[in-house]
Amino acid sequence: MTAPIKPAEGYAFAYLDEQTKRMIRRALFKAVAIPGHQVPFAARDMPMPYGWGTGGIQVTAAILGPADVLKVIDQGADDTTNAVSIRAFFQKTAGVAVTTRTGEATVIQTRHRIPEEPLKAGQTLVYQVPIPEPLRFLEPRETETRVMHALADYGLMHVKLYEDIATHGHIAKTYAYPVKVEGRYVMDPSPIPKFDNPKLHMSPALQLFGAGREKRIYALPPFTRVESLDFEDHPFERTRFEAPCALCGATDSYLDEVVIDDRGGRMFVCSDTDHCETRREQGHRGALLGETPNQEARP
Amino acid sequence: MYVSVKGGEKAIRAAHRLLADRRRGDRAVPEVAVDQIREQLSLAVDRVMNEGSLYDRDLAALAIKQARGDLIEAAFLVRAYRTTLPRFGHSRPLDTAAMGVERRISATYKDLPGGQILGPTFDYTHRLIDFTLMVDGETPLPTRDETVEAGPAMPRVIDLLAQEGLIEAEPQAEAGVEPGDLTRTPLRVPAARDLRLQQLARGDEGFLLALGYSTQRGYGSTHPFAGEIRIGEVEVEFEVPELGFAVPLGAVTLSECQMINQFAGSAEIEPSFTRGYGLAFGQVERKVMAMALVDRALRSEELGGEATHPAQDQEFVLAHADNVQATGFVEHLKLPHYVDFQAELALVRQMRREHAAARAARRTTSDDVYEEAAQ
Repeated sequence: MTAPIKPAEGYAFAYLDEQTKRMIRRALFKAVAIPGHQVPFAARDMPMPYGWGTGGIQVTAAILGPADVLKVIDQGADDTTNAVSIRAFFQKTAGVAVTTRTGEATVIQTRHRIPEEPLKAGQTLVYQVPIPEPLRFLEPRETETRVMHALADYGLMHVKLYEDIATHGHIAKTYAYPVKVEGRYVMDPSPIPKFDNPKLHMSPALQLFGAGREKRIYALPPFTRVESLDFEDHPFERTRFEAPCALCGATDSYLDEVVIDDRGGRMFVCSDTDHCETRREQGHRGALLGETPNQEARP
Repeated sequence: MYVSVKGGEKAIRAAHRLLADRRRGDRAVPEVAVDQIREQLSLAVDRVMNEGSLYDRDLAALAIKQARGDLIEAAFLVRAYRTTLPRFGHSRPLDTAAMGVERRISATYKDLPGGQILGPTFDYTHRLIDFTLMVDGETPLPTRDETVEAGPAMPRVIDLLAQEGLIEAEPQAEAGVEPGDLTRTPLRVPAARDLRLQQLARGDEGFLLALGYSTQRGYGSTHPFAGEIRIGEVEVEFEVPELGFAVPLGAVTLSECQMINQFAGSAEIEPSFTRGYGLAFGQVERKVMAMALVDRALRSEELGGEATHPAQDQEFVLAHADNVQATGFVEHLKLPHYVDFQAELALVRQMRREHAAARAARRTTSDDVYEEAAQ
């Protein structure tokens, strides 16, 4: 964990002015009160580009307090460039403590993953969302999709999933896999792999979703029922990997495929870098590290 | 150990150093100053003020310098600065009829009260590269006449038509209704005209130009005439609640375009001309003309027509006009997507396996059929 530092001068704590934070918090309250429902909010232009997580950044800025410990991941990793940049932004503007340890963080901002280590009560996971509308690619018009949500008219989505089964024998959706929240709203969980979908269900942590360009906020309060859409005879299936992590030997984590040469060589390693490092510290090692004791491992 | 594909803080720092170096370019060439950009690249400054939604010539010039001349990047810098500014309220409606006009032309009347004033326009220049600008940097300059003469009154062309009742009445805001602001309230469609015009004024010039152009080529024709284009300074007044009267804040340079469009009338409305309106900061004639075409196209349904073409479609136009948003989302594709791509890789492999298996099964079946037939 890196200790708090003095925030940059000339800006409000965590960049956004208090009026904007209040507006975002109001939207967050409404979102928590109606799980899975997309609440419009007046997203601001941010100093990062749209598509780089401006929605998540605004949500984080609105909920962050001086005592918080922030973790930022992109693709599961703390050291991806955009995660580094967002973490540095909040260090600069809010001076909060930051960490790469999932267990130490009170606020975790994420793009495309849910950490492998189960989240606890009191933690908040903030998702960066590109397209909040799960029906968008079935119906491009907001005026139409708004009505469909109001009427809980999700026939179009079920037909799409059925057509997948008719064509491919299974649902051909591997990420941003739609879910139903508390039996009411169909929600886009952001482009997390469907591997992560079961972690949305009954999570003790608060989960907040921010879409800056599309100006929408939605939420899953702790212990919310979240079901991945499926059919009785074609139940939802989690992605499984054939090989364990080459570094830590984990068999239950989401793996990145890494190309190691130009002759088709591949290796699979944990996408969640904190999970992988923690396991290696505990003495686990994968095929690549062999049977020799890990040099990096702590005693 | 594999070579990590994941970047880090060091890489970012190095990239920023390199960026600063490339921005400066050859050190033997004098550095360009912000006031030079403001004075000599003033049309670029105007564009950045519009798309950055902030009237500040110095800030826009600085942003252009920092962005190495990338105008969308410069508009982005200005937007990110604007977002930190408090909003005190809105000015009184500007009176463009009282504009200190530098340019004013009408394509609908040969002559009119106040006359046609060409002003500083490229319109009738021959587009020949002027090499004297390169050799010693300057062409002989006209001496500036700094005396300000009060010009003749210049009524707006559209008001002349309105006197005759030939054009639809100017829509009036309802009393007590605040003008909308889509930077403070999320835009919902259908959106009222104030919000539509705001989005168009902030919108990308190229996008509006293409959309306006498309209406001229049959994709939602509006039969337009350039009733009037005027450019000049207009005073901005702000009503201070504590004082109870309006105080002048200063003057802004504006371009305004009033398009006059044919309208055959509908069952309820008698035939008359209709309005398309464009207004933006600085000298941005192309922008306000395109804006006026698109504004009118977006009124198609209101005037009893259908919204069948892109320029008539509010959701399409309003959702895609903002170039800071557009460039962000297009360019975010260069961020890592390997988690999702991994999932897709696995799916494609699975589908290929299944496809191969199904084809093998079919082949076996058809072989059987062939053998049976042969027997």
